[in-house]
Amino acid sequence: MGAWVARNKWSVTLAAIVLVAAYIFYALSSGTALSMYKYAWSYAVPLVLCALVGVVGERSGVVNIGIEGQLLVSAFAGFFGAAYSGSLLVGMLSGIGCGLILGGFLAWTTVKWQMDQIIAGVVLNIVATGITSFYYKPGQVLPALMPHVSIPGLSSIPLIGEVFFKGTGVIALVAIVAVVVIHIGLFRTRWGLRTRAIGEYPSAADTAGINVIRMRLVNVTLAGVLAGLAGVYLSMDSTSSFERGMSAGRGFLALAIMIFGAWRPLRAAAAALFFGFVTATASQLQTEQIINVAPQLVGTLPYVMTLVVLAVAAGKVRAPGAVGQPFVKGDKS
Amino acid sequence: MSTQTATGATAAKSGEVLLDIVGLSKTFGKVAANKDITVQVRRGEIVALLGENGAGKSTLVNQIFGLITPDIGTISIKGDATPVKDPKDAIARGIGMVHQHFQLVPVMTVAENIVLGHETVRGGAFLDLAGARAMVRELSDRHGFAVDPDAEVDDLPVGTQQRVEILKALSRKVDLLILDEPTAVLTPQETDELLGVMKDLAASGTSIVFITHKLREVLAVADRVYVLRHGAVVGEVDDLTHTTTTDLATMMVGRSVVLSIDKPPATPGDVVLAVTDLHVKDDRNLEAVRGFNLEVRAGEIVGVAGVEGNGQRELVEALAGMRKVVAGSITLAGQDLTRANPHQTHHAGVGHIPEDREKHGLVAAYSIADNLVLNEYDQEPFAKSGLRQFGAVRENAVKLRDEFDIRSAGVEQSAGSLSGGNKQKVVVAREMSFGPRLLMAAQPTRGVDVGSIEFIHRRIVEARDAGAGVLLVSAELDEVLSLSDRIAVIHGGQVVAEMPAKGADRAQIGRLMAGDH
Repeated sequence: MGAWVARNKWSVTLAAIVLVAAYIFYALSSGTALSMYKYAWSYAVPLVLCALVGVVGERSGVVNIGIEGQLLVSAFAGFFGAAYSGSLLVGMLSGIGCGLILGGFLAWTTVKWQMDQIIAGVVLNIVATGITSFYYKPGQVLPALMPHVSIPGLSSIPLIGEVFFKGTGVIALVAIVAVVVIHIGLFRTRWGLRTRAIGEYPSAADTAGINVIRMRLVNVTLAGVLAGLAGVYLSMDSTSSFERGMSAGRGFLALAIMIFGAWRPLRAAAAALFFGFVTATASQLQTEQIINVAPQLVGTLPYVMTLVVLAVAAGKVRAPGAVGQPFVKGDKS
Repeated sequence: MSTQTATGATAAKSGEVLLDIVGLSKTFGKVAANKDITVQVRRGEIVALLGENGAGKSTLVNQIFGLITPDIGTISIKGDATPVKDPKDAIARGIGMVHQHFQLVPVMTVAENIVLGHETVRGGAFLDLAGARAMVRELSDRHGFAVDPDAEVDDLPVGTQQRVEILKALSRKVDLLILDEPTAVLTPQETDELLGVMKDLAASGTSIVFITHKLREVLAVADRVYVLRHGAVVGEVDDLTHTTTTDLATMMVGRSVVLSIDKPPATPGDVVLAVTDLHVKDDRNLEAVRGFNLEVRAGEIVGVAGVEGNGQRELVEALAGMRKVVAGSITLAGQDLTRANPHQTHHAGVGHIPEDREKHGLVAAYSIADNLVLNEYDQEPFAKSGLRQFGAVRENAVKLRDEFDIRSAGVEQSAGSLSGGNKQKVVVAREMSFGPRLLMAAQPTRGVDVGSIEFIHRRIVEARDAGAGVLLVSAELDEVLSLSDRIAVIHGGQVVAEMPAKGADRAQIGRLMAGDH
């Protein structure tokens, strides 16, 4: 732990400063602060999950720009699955299932058939928009609200407990667990070492006896579960409705967050929270009529931030070495 | 073809047959890469596979390691003739391989690279990195390697990276170690050390198969040698005590070759190229050329000797106008070219045979004819009033094809479909035919067969005799030694020594190249 803090001293310092600032704001105006933080976190949840999808994919050497499509189809399948079956569980499972299937589609076309990864992702996104718009039926409702839980103990931590662990949706909790598990997984386990190897220099992994193709297939496919969860969160938890195109570019924002987070789960989660907080601030300023601009303009904020963030991050972070390149066995260069 | 000789220096090698290859063939499309190959390796033996580029050496070892599946024939390892499924299977059966392009993950540590694929885990999934570090330290001490398990591979010099590769193989308990062109990237000193390591390993019972086209190394270290040509074993020498490099070269090429270059003494004229205190940065924005000074006169060949990565690439690119000069000056026969672009340097009279012909020398999809006018296509007679003159382009191509012995189906054939040697001849023809005042040749014979090497060397000498200044940059010390009139040794982006090539001491140059001065 001490060594970890020493290695990440800048990140830890920054996190500490942000935390102190957050508490001070909370102490000054607890009601406003709390609602803003909750808004920020609920905005960040799907971004965190989708950024993890990106991290797992790119760490394995596969660019996934189809996250947007996975998100949208999962939101659709979750909402209508629940609405037609009358069961939230069926809805969730169909949403997650769609994320998984589309992950499998992307994995199969790019890894097995060595299709261009960008094109495969674009195809996925176009199909997703088409299908969800075509089969969309207005006037449907969810059979019930998603259950919200409080974690005993953790929820009584001031502020942090209230934001993350009190009356929170199950998917948001899963997101927290997923960040920690994938972070430890990537840097501390055999799976992580091999995943990083196939994303950096696949032929090295191949000659060390690792099945690069199979590992990429499995990683990209299973990451689809997280995209599925994010989709379900969008249509069933943060709102209780599905609208056409409701993913609204979040899958792409997530990729920017992945880059800003230097392909590391913890940093990506922090970056997602930052996005959430800026959006929450803008919306708060507007509700209190401190700034008076068109709501559409405020809505562009996350996308403008993406541009800024990518410009700042460019050249400072390094993508996995083999990202975007299909692996062909016997290719030794 | 059991060839157990009981005489001479190889008498001790009579142990168990570790690897027995019988009747192996492999065809890619219409090309027979391996034809009916039979090879045997015994325990503790060092066997060299000698052959030109494209002779099928790599195809052969890739089949032993399970990277390629043979069409016909058997590979028995320790008497077991079950086909090798994949590298994992090969490793499990005691075969280790060090590839020509190192198979190391650059951003990982030495320890992580060595355990990759056979990690020790605790609790079912968690890496035991402490254990891995201890293992690497123990292994590296035992072989006297001095490799730091926590160093990131990216930061290590090439020679050390190779040791990491060897340790990687040894950590899997290998019986047979395959080395694919292991000395291609090493300094002479590192090469000698590697040959020592190979002998030690063989003495401790590890068999070694190594691929090379350097004859000196075969004689220095191998117990036996198989010579490959056009995919088949054309010669086998079991006792190397009375074999000379000329014998081996003749077997390799199939005719006698002139290994040394016959050239009349140089008659240097005026200074053509003057480089003064040149500073150039590399792609990572670090200074690669740091105060480089050199003069090249008309009618002489100046060879720049050095280990790759000491600023040669950046130097050549700066001289060709492809890279920005940070400080210093480049003058060609009095004309300042410090800020010139490639177009301007060409028209000032610089011919440039680039190091990477695929990337900077040719447009693979264009025809041979178009490639031959890449830098003159908009000039008379190849273009008139903005329109290309295909007749002239074709005429030029036919003339150069015959003159430079470019072997192709026709001048309209795409350059990308040519063999390495012929591609290089296209580049050489283009860069020499316009009568350059300065010819820059970077690694002019890399990946080129022996026949073409001879030809290209001869043309370079002819260019010199026609009055051009020649700047030769090569990682092959033998090439620099035999072709140059004057040698400049580069280390850390600077010339550390200059000397006449005649009577230059190989060992001394090697030390200078390694930064020992």
